[in-house]
Amino acid sequence: MDSPGGILALLEADGVVAGYGETDILHGVSVTVDDGEIVTIIGPNGCGKSTLMKTIAGLVKVRSGRVRFRGEDISGAPPERVVGKGLCYVPQAANIFASLSIRENLEMGAFLRKDDYRGRINDMFGLFPDLAQAPGRKAHTLSGGQRQMLAIARALMLDPALLLLDEPSAGLSPAMLDMVFERIAGINATGVAMLLVEHNAREALGMSSRGYVLAGGENRLEDTGPELLANPEISRLYLGGR
Amino acid sequence: MTVRWQNIGGKLPRLPRWWTPAHTAAAVALLVVALGILPVLKMSLVVNGVFLGGIIALGAIGLSLVFGILNFANVAHGDYMITGAYVAFFFIDSFLPLLGIEGQGLGPFTFGYPLLIALPFGALAGAVAAIALDSLIYRRLRLRGANAAVLAMTSLGLAIAIRGLAQIIWGTQVLSYPRESRQVFHLPLDVRIPPDSLFIAVVAIILVVSVYLLLTRTRMGKAMRATADNPDLALVTGINTQRVIWATWAIGGGLAAIAGVLLAVSQAQLLPIMGWKFLIPLFAAVVLGGIGNPYGALVGAFIIGVTMEVSTQWINPSYKPAVAFAIMIVMLLARPRGLFGGSGPG
Repeated sequence: MDSPGGILALLEADGVVAGYGETDILHGVSVTVDDGEIVTIIGPNGCGKSTLMKTIAGLVKVRSGRVRFRGEDISGAPPERVVGKGLCYVPQAANIFASLSIRENLEMGAFLRKDDYRGRINDMFGLFPDLAQAPGRKAHTLSGGQRQMLAIARALMLDPALLLLDEPSAGLSPAMLDMVFERIAGINATGVAMLLVEHNAREALGMSSRGYVLAGGENRLEDTGPELLANPEISRLYLGGR
Repeated sequence: MTVRWQNIGGKLPRLPRWWTPAHTAAAVALLVVALGILPVLKMSLVVNGVFLGGIIALGAIGLSLVFGILNFANVAHGDYMITGAYVAFFFIDSFLPLLGIEGQGLGPFTFGYPLLIALPFGALAGAVAAIALDSLIYRRLRLRGANAAVLAMTSLGLAIAIRGLAQIIWGTQVLSYPRESRQVFHLPLDVRIPPDSLFIAVVAIILVVSVYLLLTRTRMGKAMRATADNPDLALVTGINTQRVIWATWAIGGGLAAIAGVLLAVSQAQLLPIMGWKFLIPLFAAVVLGGIGNPYGALVGAFIIGVTMEVSTQWINPSYKPAVAFAIMIVMLLARPRGLFGGSGPG
C-alpha cells in the first residue's frame, strides 16, 4: 500500500490484529503516516486507539497483519529496536521517570545515542524553557503540563522521524492544552511526523492533514482533517456536537 | 503546596508534601520517647546496632534494587549471602593455603590477610551465581509472563536448594574463618567495639558510597533507576532492560555475598542456615525504606540494626529477628510505601 506518488509511507500498519491475553482488541486496523504529516486517530473509549499505539511501538505483539516503518517490517521487533529506528512513543500515562531528575529523564531518552547528546539536551531546553529552569528537579514535582513537555522532550532526544503521542492533552487545563498543541505544531514544523491519539479531537484534527476514526477495533472512516471536522456525524459523535 | 520555613540563618529543609500535623505530633511523641529511653540506653548496644545495620544495608540495598526492577521478593537473597561466605571460606581454608597464603590476626583484627584476598572472590561468586540463576530460571519465567507470586515461590525453592548445596559441600556443622582472639576497644560511655566491626564499617561505607555513585553518576546506574521506576517506559525509551537486570543482579548478588562474609566475620561462625535467618532483617529494612528505594533501604537497615541490638537490653537476644519482623508488619500496616516512598510496587 504505497502512498500517492508511489513513495513508501513512513509508517504503514496493515490489517493489524493485536490484543491482551485471549482477547483481540484490534481486528485488522490499517493506518499510514507519510513523512512530515500529522495524523490523528479518534474514536470512542475502548476502540483500541492506545492498543494500536502500543502495538506499533512494540509493547503489544502483532498477531496478524504487518507494521512497516520506512519500508522495513517491524511487526515482531522488541520496543528497544523500534525506538532505535527513529519511531518514538509517548504513552498516555506514566510517561516520565518520576524519581529521576529532568536532566536524567532526557539522558535516558538519549540512551541509544552513541554520540555526545548534550547539544540535544540544550535544544530541548530551548524548545521547552520550563524544563531549563531547574534541570536537577525531580520529575515527580512537575506540574501536569511540564510533565507532558518532559515526556515529549524525552521522546525527541533520539531525533525521531515519527512521534507517537497518546493523549498528550490528557488532564491538562485549557490554557495548558493550547500550549501543548502549539508545541506539537512547532515540533512538526521541524519535520517530525506525528501519529496522535486525542480526546480533544477538534483541536487535534484542526492541525492534522488526515484523520482516522476507529470503532470496535476496526477502521470506521478515514479522511482529511478538515473533512472530518466538517462531517456532521463525526461532529455529533466525537466532537461534542457543536 | 509544601510548607517552607525561613529563618535568619538560612532555609530549613522543606517538609515533604504528605506531611500533616499528625506527623508532627508523631515525631514529637517519638522524640519524647527517645529522650526518655536515652538515659537508660546502653550506648554499646546502639553502636553495635549501627555495625549490624551496615551488614543489613549491604544485603538490603541489593534486595531493594532487585525488588524494584523485577517486582518480586527474592527470598533467596540470604542464600546469596552464604554463597559468598562459603566461597570465601573455600579460598581461605582450601585454596589459598595451597599457594602458601595463610594467616590470622592481621593487626587489630581477628582474621588474616587471606580474608582480604578471598572477599572479592566471594563477591564475584555471588554476582555470577545471581546472573546465572537469572539466565537459567528467572528470565525464562519472566518471558512466560510469570507473576510475582510464582517468582517469589521459585526463589523460595532456590533458597532451599542453595542452602542444601552448601550443606552437602561443607556440612551442617559450625565453621569459622581462621581467627585469633583480639581485645575489644574500650570507648567512653562503656562502649565496647570489637575491632572487626571497624573493618565491617569501612567496607560497608566504601560499598554504599560506590553504589550511590554508580546509581547517580553512571549511564547504567541511571538506567537501573529508570527501569525500576517505570519498566515499560524504559523499554520504549530504548533501554536494554535485560542488561539492566543482569547489572542489578550482579550488584545485588555481589553486595549480598560481601554481607555474608562480613556477617560470618562478625559472628565468628559460618552456618548454612545463617542467610535464611538474616532474611527477616533484610526485608524489614527494605519495607521500612520503601520497596525499590535503595537509599531508603540504607536508612531502614540502620534503624533495624539499632532497634534489634537495643531490644536485647530488655528481651532475650534470640528474639531479635522477631523485633525486625514486628517493625516490618507495623510498617506494612501503617505505611506500606515505606518511610521514603518506593519506586516499585505498593
